[in-house]
Amino acid sequence: MALTGLQIYKLLPQTNCKECGFPTCLAFAMKLAAKQAELSACPYVSEEAKAQLDAAAAPPIRLVAVEGPGHRVEVGNETVIFRHEKTFYHPPGLFLRVKDSWPLEQVKGAAKAAMDYSVTYVGMNLHLDGVAVEAASGNPEAFAAAVKAVREVTDRPLILMASDPAVLKAGLSAADGVRPLLYAATAENWQAVAEVAKAANAPVAVRADSLDALADLTEKVKGIGVPDIVLDPGVRDPAGTLTTLTHLRRLALKKNFRPLGYPIITFPGEGASDTIEEAQLAAEHIAKYAGFIVLDRFAPEMVYALLAWRVNIYTNPQEPIKVQPGVYEINNPTADSPVMITTNFSITYFSVANEVDGSGMPGWLLVADAEGMSVLTAWAAGKFDAEKIAKTVKTTGIEEKINHRKLIIPGAVAVLMGEVEEELPGWQILVGPREAVDLPGYLKLWKSF
Amino acid sequence: MPVEIPVEKWPGRVVEETLGATAAEGGTRSRVVKVGGENTLPFMFTDGEMPNPPRVAIEILDRRPKDWSPLLLEAWGDVVDDPAKWAKAAEEAGADLVLLQLSLTRDGDRPTTAADARAITRAVLQATGLPILVFGPGQVDADNELLVAVAEEAAGERIVLGICEEKNYRTIVAAALANGHLVNGRTAMDVNLAKQLNILIADMGLPLDRIIMDPTTASLGYGIEYGYSVMERLRLAALQGDKMTQLPMLVTPGFEVWRQKEAKVGEGVPASWGDWRQRAVLWETLTATNLILSGADIVVLRHPETVKRVQAYIDRMMAR
Ligand code: B12
Ligand code: SF4
Repeated sequence: MALTGLQIYKLLPQTNCKECGFPTCLAFAMKLAAKQAELSACPYVSEEAKAQLDAAAAPPIRLVAVEGPGHRVEVGNETVIFRHEKTFYHPPGLFLRVKDSWPLEQVKGAAKAAMDYSVTYVGMNLHLDGVAVEAASGNPEAFAAAVKAVREVTDRPLILMASDPAVLKAGLSAADGVRPLLYAATAENWQAVAEVAKAANAPVAVRADSLDALADLTEKVKGIGVPDIVLDPGVRDPAGTLTTLTHLRRLALKKNFRPLGYPIITFPGEGASDTIEEAQLAAEHIAKYAGFIVLDRFAPEMVYALLAWRVNIYTNPQEPIKVQPGVYEINNPTADSPVMITTNFSITYFSVANEVDGSGMPGWLLVADAEGMSVLTAWAAGKFDAEKIAKTVKTTGIEEKINHRKLIIPGAVAVLMGEVEEELPGWQILVGPREAVDLPGYLKLWKSF
Repeated sequence: MPVEIPVEKWPGRVVEETLGATAAEGGTRSRVVKVGGENTLPFMFTDGEMPNPPRVAIEILDRRPKDWSPLLLEAWGDVVDDPAKWAKAAEEAGADLVLLQLSLTRDGDRPTTAADARAITRAVLQATGLPILVFGPGQVDADNELLVAVAEEAAGERIVLGICEEKNYRTIVAAALANGHLVNGRTAMDVNLAKQLNILIADMGLPLDRIIMDPTTASLGYGIEYGYSVMERLRLAALQGDKMTQLPMLVTPGFEVWRQKEAKVGEGVPASWGDWRQRAVLWETLTATNLILSGADIVVLRHPETVKRVQAYIDRMMAR
């Protein structure tokens, strides 16, 4: 937790020598607290004070990164318990687990299907983050072969799962080029596993069945010189996971409890008996405090839902996702193509644009600056009224691009029709369907309106 | 290293409410359903208690739905032509509550009359022993007319009347007061608006244990994060002791999800969306599950498979 100016002051030499460029140590301390100065400006600060200040400045939940040549995943460094308090910053990494006891072709196939998967949601390309390879065989060669097979199909980060340090080492050398997460150090093997992690400069997960034991382990692993740690508190059922992960988040943020100030890894598949149940658990973990989520099942519909949910929860509540207002051309419209208007809330824009695009029919889509609000929200807030619609039509220059004067407004704001007609003399205002899904059908009939 | 579990003891508690009345209490329900009563965030049993699990209501219409997804029609079959049969099927599908949604019009597109609303409500009450909620069509004049009739017809049954909004709450609250019912007060995703409406309703003399609040919600992928956070904020306010937010919350994920393309249609969607049936149920299930995690006490659902999924999750959470 950040220190106050006064707390920092107590750690400074208090000689007011001014060498830092500030008139007093206290003034300097105040600037440090406000993050407007660097500690290094004071030549006289003691090593001990430096260490204390560094520790205090470190985030309460350590930022941990895993990497592959093609992708980096950073998790942790969250600052709030509820997203409305500020925002959640680092979406949990979603990994798919494969096992080295499967035939290599199956390992490769599963990893490839999951890594090739991508889906477009409100204009964003979403995908999974990497693969977790588990040494179910216990055999170093088999594990290395599985890791190698996975590396052949993806450049994304890996999680290497083995309890035997020798097996982990074999996996690491096959994982060439990635900085994987090593899973896991336990009470039995922590020393050797931590040494492997240290040598590889890789983060390591620690697993224990109680928070007491977990805290012991992180301190030991850190003591060996592995700063990047991930927690597995051992719970697998949804209720226990919710409770434990909430406790961990509170310990880190409210108590500034360093031994447990790390991101958390979960395994929803181990607490579920089918895809939908696994998705329910994974959704819970996305909302409530996981840093890495290892899935055991892969189905496009499941992954799509989870990826969308992850975007939703990690959207900054202070700032709706917006698109640029203006004219959007869909399917190469010409002078006699239909003209539609919507708002610049991303979800709204894309639900309309995708429908027009998918219909194959050309169209002009005008996007009004409604401060990132949906059609009805903007209407209710006075940001998408007849005046705004008319202004959008006038300023986008659409009138020069078309040879007709027909404007389709969203069905949800049908009440605006009369007013828009008044604001836009010479224009015919058409009330479109309420839901964008019905736009393709409507556009087919457009010529007859 | 001994780690002290960071327990949160909240000063506030959500009001516990009883839906439905058995013969002993002047109604005809075979059982009552209690909601609310928690003094903790959802399922955080280390902090406090949650005497009642979140409840699942199944939404039925008073006539064959016009624009519902074929998946829903397929799941329910012919019962959608008869609200009484549908109510019974909903009970058999495991609902805790049945929500009857009245339409603006009847077959042949003539307006639904007060007499229609009475007859349908009566038929539904006879077909199921579960407590029911009855929602008007959502137009002020029609709602006032129909819900007053419904309230009278169901006098003593402790049903929930909805939707009670700022513009029509007087009539509906009066009808609830006169006939021993509860109301569902809906506001547009805003903590202060929700509070304000609760105050207005309570000022008319309706006790707090007969007010449910409906902060409005949205589907996964279509604004759910707003609903999720508004509910978290409302619940935190309640637990911190703000009386006028200490009401159980009802949300309608079924309605929200089934108008979105992900659930509604199987054709003309990207291949990356996967299997339609699974996706539709998943979409409704995750929306509801997530809203329960943010504090929902009643979720109103549409697909019977979702009901099973959501209840299975609730059961696991309550069993600890
Ligand atoms: C999320 C939300 C919010 C969010 C804002 C999200 C955002 N960035 O816009 C927040 C919480 C901030 C909010 C605030 C308010 N909200 Co609000 N909000 C909603 C909610 C739940 C979902 C809106 C949404 O995102 N829909 C999804 C998008 C994609 O829908 P859409 O833009 O309408 O687009 C669809 C169609 O219109 C169509 N379409 C779009 N463009 C076009 C174009 C053409 C040509 C065609 C044919 C079709 C078409 O396609 C899309 C998909 O089908 C709705 C209720 C609901 N469940 O719908 C209420 C709702 C829109 N809000 C409402 C209100 C009143 C408000 C507030 C005024 C209340 C308040 N709190 O003060 C404020 C206003 C904001 C302000 N003053 O700053 C009311 C509007 C009432 C009404 N019917 O007029 C609603 C309907 C809730 C209700 N039932 O009371 N809200
Ligand atoms: S340089 Fe250091 S000791 Fe000198 S005034 Fe600044 S803070 Fe104080």
